[in-house]
Formats: sequence, structure tokens, C-alpha cells
Amino acid sequence: MKELMFSQAENAAFDEEMARDPSVFILGEDIGLYWGGPFGQFRGLIEKYGPRRVRETPISEKAILGGGIGAAAAGMRPCSAMMFVDFLGCAFDEMVNQLQMRYMFGGKIKLPLTILAGIGAGRSTAAQHSKSMLGLLMGVKGLKIVVPSTPYDAKGLLKTSIRDDNPVLFLSHKMLTPIKNKIPDEEYLIPLGKADVKREGKDVTVVATAWMVHVALAAAAKLESEGISVEVVDPRTLVPLDKQTILDSVKKTSRLVVISEEPKTGSSAGQIAAMVAEEGFDYLDAPIRVIGCPDTPVPFSPVLEKYYVPDEARLIKTIKEIV
Amino acid sequence: MEISKEKLLDMYRTMLRIRRFEEKCSKEFAAGRIPGTVHLYIGEEAIATGACACLNTDDYITGTHRGHGHVIAKGGHTDRMMAEIYGRKTGYCKGKGGSMHIADPDLGILGANGVVGGGICVASGAGIACQMKEKGQVVVCFLGDGSTNEGAFHEGVNLASIWNLPVLFVIENNLYAEKTRITDTTKIIDLADRCKSYGIPGVSIDGNDVLKVYETVGGAVARAREGKGPTLMECKTYRWRGHFEGDQQGYKAKEEVQAWMQKDPIPRFRAHLTSNRIVADAEADAIDREITDEIENAVKFALDSPFPAPEETEEDVFA
Repeated sequence: MKELMFSQAENAAFDEEMARDPSVFILGEDIGLYWGGPFGQFRGLIEKYGPRRVRETPISEKAILGGGIGAAAAGMRPCSAMMFVDFLGCAFDEMVNQLQMRYMFGGKIKLPLTILAGIGAGRSTAAQHSKSMLGLLMGVKGLKIVVPSTPYDAKGLLKTSIRDDNPVLFLSHKMLTPIKNKIPDEEYLIPLGKADVKREGKDVTVVATAWMVHVALAAAAKLESEGISVEVVDPRTLVPLDKQTILDSVKKTSRLVVISEEPKTGSSAGQIAAMVAEEGFDYLDAPIRVIGCPDTPVPFSPVLEKYYVPDEARLIKTIKEIV
Repeated sequence: MEISKEKLLDMYRTMLRIRRFEEKCSKEFAAGRIPGTVHLYIGEEAIATGACACLNTDDYITGTHRGHGHVIAKGGHTDRMMAEIYGRKTGYCKGKGGSMHIADPDLGILGANGVVGGGICVASGAGIACQMKEKGQVVVCFLGDGSTNEGAFHEGVNLASIWNLPVLFVIENNLYAEKTRITDTTKIIDLADRCKSYGIPGVSIDGNDVLKVYETVGGAVARAREGKGPTLMECKTYRWRGHFEGDQQGYKAKEEVQAWMQKDPIPRFRAHLTSNRIVADAEADAIDREITDEIENAVKFALDSPFPAPEETEEDVFA
């Protein structure tokens, strides 16, 4: 058992999977000797596995993602490192037109590709380095989406993502970087499509992903002293979505708040709320509430950004309105 | 360069197979029997044929929206292709892809592609796999003149060049990108000149000369197999048909079309074969009849095939 930060847990997952399977390799910009990725998640890998398996690319997002697709189609198991999810904008054709090879080809090909990207606001990096785009990305078909909230989950989910025979988008929220977990020495995998109840409660269900899980846990701790018991469900993967765990929780608590860090229109939170409205309406004793960001790009100034990102106070206020 | 009679006849058959397949598609589309749209390769047969004649089954190709010729040249079966174009269950993609997405990974065909330039970065990626697997495989990326103005062209070719990937980029310059002349959108005359930006070899050749294509691609493929990296090749040719079937082509001068039809790559190759006594006229005619029958049977196979069940829409998203 050792304590690892989020990016160290990811690093351990890469290391184990690259050691296990010679077809696993990473391509992306600044992932090698001089930086090891913006959060150090690739540090040490190039020294251990060499430049053919830790391939430092030009700043060419179409080539990083399209190259990953082509390599996967031809039998490798690549990880395309996009740096931040915002930069997927430069590779949107690859994302929405090329990644769908399996379906277009009638199921005749496997694309074992992991797409890595950082997400999230909180560091004043403004509109082009801070998005999460979860709802938008849920609209991309043929793509699994993993959004871990802890180092423990990150390691187990990343290993599973790399072993999956489909394109998997693995999103790492930048505010999770300093969080530490005890990580077992022995290998473990976490399946895609299995939510985790991060805190049990009985009065209201809060569904949250990535950094919002920690906002929800902090709110739940405060509300406990006021006699409100909050259950926090972390889907961990948005595609596939573990509907059952969410519905079971709502059945128990009869109330639902979905919170996600992205503009509310078209958000993953909206999708989850719609699913519960359709499939779990009879369990509800109060209207579903959705908390998101304003329908704006991400602002820069710390004052504006603080207003933009949903926080504990907003969540507490919303919960009190329906409990 | 010594080429066996068998190889020469294979190439002749392939060119004719593409021509007759496309002529049939044109008729069937005009009759309203083919859904969607088709982009035909008539006039450009020498390129796919000459290039794929240099490849093994485990080599890869990526194609374009004008992709029937690439698939046929790489060994695609015309019956399953036709069934796909007709949206049938027996088609290469079980009716999920259609004309613009015919693929067969078992033949190394990573798909025709509905997006201009969409296959370029994918080809470089397949090149990474070939390089890492060290089995001497190569990738031929077919692309149109229009795609050389896409960002994907720069990113994909540059990546192949810096890593010496075994990828051959074959530009089929048929003079028109959709309905716009390439000379209206590009300042250079020889598109292979763009090789200079990537520090790789480049060559512009007559794309209607199948033997020239075969010889040039052969050299570039050999170079790639030796680990010496990519080549940029421009094959100058002409698109006889419109961008898509039904395109009225008001943007083309009649004289231009007629002049290029005089340079038809198929009679030209046949003349080479007969004048060099490689094949007699009677044998060449027999090949034509044999191919014509094959294409008739392909249409019959398609029409006799069932449509997929509607619920199959929801299958094949994930492995």
C-alpha cells in the first residue's frame, strides 16, 4: 500500500499496462523527457519504454488522434494524449467522423484506443484550457467516457480503459491533482459502467462526477450536522452509464440533485436527470434539480471563475430547497 | 522492369473490373435503384490498379469518397461491394456504411472515407503500427487533390516524415475538388512539390499510365519497407464523371473532357499489351466479357440479398 497522487496513480497504470502488453504505446506532445505531461502523469515512461512507445509528437491534434485511430485499426493499443479536452476541437473530424470506423464497417474492426485529456476549471486558464464538455462528448457515438474522481478509481479505470477493445475517452480533472489515496500494491481493475456510492445517505441523492464529487462530499459533511443525510453517487463512467445504481439510490432517497461542471444546456447532468425522469419518476417526492455552470464560455478572472464553477454553497442551497 | 504476363493481365483485369463496376453503378444510380450518392472513379483506374499491384494482402490502404476503385484494386469482391452500395446485409459493412465506407480489414482496406482528407492521419497511424510490428508492412494512402489543402494533409504527412513511417501518399490529381478546379485553390502546378515542406521524396507522374504508376509506387514501397520513410506522389489524371452522379458538370469545358477521354488509361494499356504481343485481341475481348459477367452477377447478388433487419441499426457500436 502506498499513497499516490492522482497523476502518480495514472502513471502507475500506464507503467503496468505497458509492461504487460507490448502493443500499448502513448503518443502526444511533451510526454517525454522534458515534461512528462502537464501533470507529470507520463514521467519516467520514456526512460523505461523508449521513444518508440512514448512517442513525442508535434503539436498536431489531428495526427495524435487520427494516428491513434489508424494504429488501433492496424492492431496496436495506442493512447492518444490530447493534453486538454479543449484541444479535441482541433481533431473534431477524427472524433466525430473517423472514430466510428467499427460501426461504419459493420462491426468488422476493433479500435482499442484510449484518448487522454485533462478537463476542468479552477486554475484561471480561461475558455480554451478549462472546459469539461461532458454532455457534448456524450453525443459522440462509439465512444466510452471515463471521468474518475479519485486516484484509486483513476488507476483501476485507466487500466481497464487501456484493455478495452473500444475507443475510451479518459478525462482527468486538473483540480484532482493534489488529492492522495492509498493504492494497493497488488493489481486491481475497475469495470467501466459501474458507479460508486461515495457516501451513503437517506434523504437526497447527489449524482456528481470528477471534481464535483468532492464538492458534493464537502456539502454532505456540512449537511450532516444539520440533520440532512446525503447520498453521493459517482457514475465514474458516463458511457456506459450505470443507470441502475443511480435509480436504486433515488428509489431509496426519493430526491435527486445532479451536479456537473459544464454549462447546464446540453450537460451530462441534464442527460442523467432526463434518464431518471423517464425511468424513475415514481420514486421521486420532489422535482429533480440540475446544477451546472452558466451558459457561457469559461471566464478567466478568479472572481468570475469562482462564480462559474458550481460550489458547495449552491449545492447546499439547492438540496435544502427540495428536502 | 520485367513484369510477368500474369501480373500484367491481373492489372488489366483490375482496371476493367473498376471501369465496368463504375459504369454499372452509374446506370443503376440513374435508374434510382441505389440509395444515397455515389462518386465514381472512371478515368482514374490506372492509379489504384498500379499502386495496389505493388502491395501484399497484409499491407494497408486508406481510400477516399471516390473509393470503389481502391477497394477493387486491393482485392475487394465486387458482389459484396455492390451489396453494400445497395444497402444489403451481405454487403461489406452489412449495410451500415454504403459507397463511402466500404472496408475490409482482412484485406488491409481501412475504408473508403466520406471526409476529404479523413484517411490521411489514419494512414499515418497505421504506418506507426506497421513500423512497431516490424513485419515489413506498408500503407498506401490514396487522397484527392482537394485534400492537399486540408489541415489533415499537413499533420498526417509531417508525422509520417518525422518518424520515417512506411506510408506512401498517392495524390490522385483529377483536376477538380468537388466542382472547383484545383488551379483555383492552389498556387503550385505539381502537387508533389509539397514534399519539400516535409523533407521527403516527391514525384509527379502521368496517372493514366498504369505501368508508370506500378513502377513508381514499387520504388517508393520498397523504400518504405526498408525503413526509409514516406514518399509523396502525385498522379495526374482526370475525373470523367461529376463530383457525384447527377452532377451536371457545367464547370467543365467539353473540349477538356474530350481531350482527356482520348487519354483513357484502359485502351492505352490494352494497346501496350497487344502491340507487345503479351495478349491477343481475342484474349483481351474474352477478359472484358468475363468482367462484364462478373459485374452483372454482382448486381444480381446484391438484388437477391436481403436488407438488414431494422433493429440491426443498434448493433456494432461497441466490440
